[in-house]
Order: sequence, then C-alpha cells, then structure tokens
Amino acid sequence: MKRIDRPGRWLIILPPLLYLLIFFLIPFAVALKISFAETAPRVPPFTDILSFTPDHHLKLSLSFGNYKYLVTDEVYGIAYLYSLRTAFFSTLICLALGYPMAYAISRASKSAQSILLFIIILPFWTSFLLRVYALEGIIRDNGLLNNALLYLGLIKQPLHIMRTSVAVYLGIIYSYLPFMVLPLFATLEKLDHTLREAAADLGSPPWSVFREITLPLSMPGVIAGSMLVFIPAVGEFVIPSLLGGPNNLMIGRVLWDEFFGNHDWPVASAVAIAFLVLLVGPIALYQYYNVRQLEA
Amino acid sequence: MDNRVPPLLSGVLCVGIAILYIPILVLIAYSFNASSLVNVWGGFSTAWYGQLIHNRQVLEAALLSVEVGIAASTGAVVLGTLTAIALIRFGRFPGRLLLTGMVNAPLVMPEIITGITQLLLFVSMLQLFSWPHRGFTTIVIAHVAFCTAYVTVTVQSRLQTADRSLEDAAMDLGASPARAFIDVTLPIIAPALLSSWLLSFTLSLDDLVISSFVSGPGAGTLPMVIYSKVKLGVSPDINALASLIICAVGACVIFAGLVMRRSERRRLLELQAAER
Repeated sequence: MKRIDRPGRWLIILPPLLYLLIFFLIPFAVALKISFAETAPRVPPFTDILSFTPDHHLKLSLSFGNYKYLVTDEVYGIAYLYSLRTAFFSTLICLALGYPMAYAISRASKSAQSILLFIIILPFWTSFLLRVYALEGIIRDNGLLNNALLYLGLIKQPLHIMRTSVAVYLGIIYSYLPFMVLPLFATLEKLDHTLREAAADLGSPPWSVFREITLPLSMPGVIAGSMLVFIPAVGEFVIPSLLGGPNNLMIGRVLWDEFFGNHDWPVASAVAIAFLVLLVGPIALYQYYNVRQLEA
Repeated sequence: MDNRVPPLLSGVLCVGIAILYIPILVLIAYSFNASSLVNVWGGFSTAWYGQLIHNRQVLEAALLSVEVGIAASTGAVVLGTLTAIALIRFGRFPGRLLLTGMVNAPLVMPEIITGITQLLLFVSMLQLFSWPHRGFTTIVIAHVAFCTAYVTVTVQSRLQTADRSLEDAAMDLGASPARAFIDVTLPIIAPALLSSWLLSFTLSLDDLVISSFVSGPGAGTLPMVIYSKVKLGVSPDINALASLIICAVGACVIFAGLVMRRSERRRLLELQAAER
C-alpha cells in the first residue's frame, strides 16, 4: 500500500507546527525574557536584558525586581487568591448544575438529544461579551430580576447584585455552563448502559447505582469539564470588569490595568508568567484526560 | 429498563436552559424599546436600529471585524486541516506531542495571557525585523492561532470516521496521495471545513481581550468599541447592535450545525446502503 512518503509528510506537518511555535509558544519565552527587564521611558517601554558593553562583550543583566515586587505588594497575592477561590466555587456550582443537565440529555431519545445539545451549544458560540452585557440587564438594581421580585412582593428593596462577588459568580456560571455540560455529556453518552441495568437488576437502589457506577465512570468528563471552566475562569477579565466592583480584583483585571493603566510591561510579564506557573498543573491535568479520551 | 428521564433531572435541564437564554431574549426585547430609559417600556420602536446606520465608529469597527474574521478563519481552516491530517493519519512523528499540546492549549489558556504574550512577541519582532506593525495584520495572526485549535478538533473528529479504504483504493488505482486526498477525502470532510470556518468566524468576531492587546492605534474591532461603550453604561443603541450581532452569529452557528447534521445523516445512509 502506498502512503505519503516521509519527506512529503513534513510539507503537511511543518506549516501548523512552525506557525504555532512562532505565534503561540515563543511568545511565552519573550514574556519570560521581558519579565526580567526593567521599565524604561522609551518605546517599547523596557530595558534590554542583553547588551554590549563598550568593549564589545555581551552583557546579561537580569532583574528579579519584578518578581520581588509581586511578593511584596500584597495586591497580587490578594488577586491571585481571590481569582482561585472564585474560579473554584464557580466550577463547583457549574458542576452541580451541569451534571444533571448532561445526564438528562444523555437519557433523552436520540432526536431530542441532538436538539438539546444544539440548544446548549448555541450560547457557547454566541458573543461572550454581549452575553455578559445581557446578564447586566437582568441583575442590575432596576433590572428584570429585581422588578420581578418586587412585583411578586418577595422583597421590599431592590437587591444590590451588580458590582459584588455574587455578580461575578453569576457571570462565570452563566457564561461557562456550556463548557461543563458538553464534555460531561460526551462521557455519559458513551457509558455502557448494560452496567447500570445489571446493577439495578441485582437490586441496587438508583442512588447507589449512580454512586458506584455512573459517577466513577464519568470522572474523565467531570475533570475535563471542570478544567474547561476553572482555567479560563481564573484568568477571566470581562466578567469582573463589567459585573464586579472595585473589591472583586481578579488577576486578569490586575494584568489589564498594569498594562493599559500603568504601562508597566515588565511587571505585567512577571504577573503573566507567575500566573502561568500556577496554571501548569490544571492544564496538564486537562491535557492528560483529553488525550486519554481521544484515544479511547 | 425504562428510558424515561426522571422529572427532577428534566427540571434542572429546563432551569439551566432558561438561565442560558433569558438574558439574551430580554436584551433583544429591550432593543425594540422606544424609551431611552432602560427600565421603562415606552412602546415598540426600531429607532435604535436606524441610529446605528449613521454611527460611523460602529460601522468602521464592524467592517474591520468582518475583514479580520474572513482572513483569520480562512487561515485557521488551512492550518487546522493540516494539523488534523497530521495527527490522525501520520501516526508517530517527531514533534507530535508538541503539536498536540500547542493545538489544545489555546482551548483552555486564559485569553489575557495569550494576548499579553503575543503582543510582547509582536513588539520584539517589530524591533528586530520592522514587521509586523500593530493593527489588522497582528489581529489576524493572533486570531488564526486560537481558531486553528477549534478547526483541528472539528476536522479531526470527521477525519476519524472517514473511511480510509476509499483513499487507499484511489491510490491503488494509481492516484498520487495528493490527488487521492483532493478527489476522495476532501469531499468527505468538506462539511466539517465549512462549519469550522463559520465557527472560527464567530470566534474571531467575538474576541475582545486578545484583539485589545495586539491591535494598534486606530484599529478598533467591534467588540472593542462595544466594550468601551458598555463601560460607560447601558444604552439602548448597544442593545440594538448586540441583538444584530447575536442574530448574525446565531444564524452562522445554526447553518454550521445544519451542514454537519446533513452530512452526518448522508454518511449514515451510505453506511446502511453499503451494508445491504
């Protein structure tokens, strides 16, 4: 059987490999380099870490000041912790809401399944920014939610949700719910139904069938979905910026301000690198389960 | 075993779907509000839509976004298809793990990190090679990088189910690998290419964070203009603009879904016919 010969393969492999190498991976190296530079009043606004001395020797001057600054200025620590905590609890709530949704879809008939999945996917592709903006229309002081509650007489005063942590949580859950449902559905759908039936026939009550069989077998989906929500949520910028208040300082917002407000590129690079180091674990976990699922 | 979905689960499903859709529907409803006060219903009107046509800033941003979207999704479909072919057909090759990692990472990488690092790259490149100037070019380059990931995933799953023996048959009959791919495989994966192009286009059209970092002075995409307007407060003309974009993107996604579904159905029919 004839196959594409080896040198010919590289014509196919090299374009995407080089493109992603140059425009996705190397940028991280550049950011690492600049995180060791110092700000300077010039264009671009940082010093070179490599320079030639007057006697033509290459001189490497690394500045660890930016990283020291991250540790000493408590804003960064607070923002990191707040981001992690917000992302963690949002992920849990998404899981609690998304698991029954995915389970219900996986038990529906085939034709209902494709329609339901489409209903879930549609907002996933619809403009993220506009959906966050739409949510503001619901939860602001004179928005639909407050008006409905006031009308029903459940509350006397409008609830102040905007510019609080609650708004940030609602924003993340609302925006990222489809990311949780889709991978969960993918594993639940592939699940061998005969296992569940066998356990039920042998007298297991529904709850223990779920706990002993369905849940453990759907763990890859739980982890993939959780990581798909958790990782981008930690770095979320649009939601805390539009819905959160000044106290809801998430790391994405700090980065944005450092960049566009203070124009301190070296510190912003250091924040980004420290942030990335924090995310290496979760990203590796996601990749591991992703590859396993693709090969299954 | 009965296949009925327990009522509690259906209930949660309905609540979940309601949460996803109510804000969008309310937004669209308010875009037809004649009153300029956002919380008072002043009757039905399309005045806000009329105002948009005269808003130069919005029109220019929309044009830029569409141009970027077309360029970026075309580039991403080419690179993503090549990646999918390499990952599905070539087995082991040096750099496979690197390619898989680089193609999957953008799916989860926070946009703000991607944006900041890419901007730093572009600035350093400009210093060294006097290229690329920040604006249209850099936005397209950045969008291609993350759209490629989505194209790869879509095409990969289509390629996995494609019948490889057809391609082998063509090659046994004397077709070169390239010919066999163009004549046999390409028509099979064409629906996946079309739908991933549409999805890339919607992703590109929607991106705020990465575009904000890598764009230059004077090059504001539609999401950038909307973001700066939204920061100033809720206004009825943004409602109209947002409704238009949501409907356009919705139409793209529904069309992409229909294309995929039709091709999937045809494949199943052909499979049944072959088995008979």
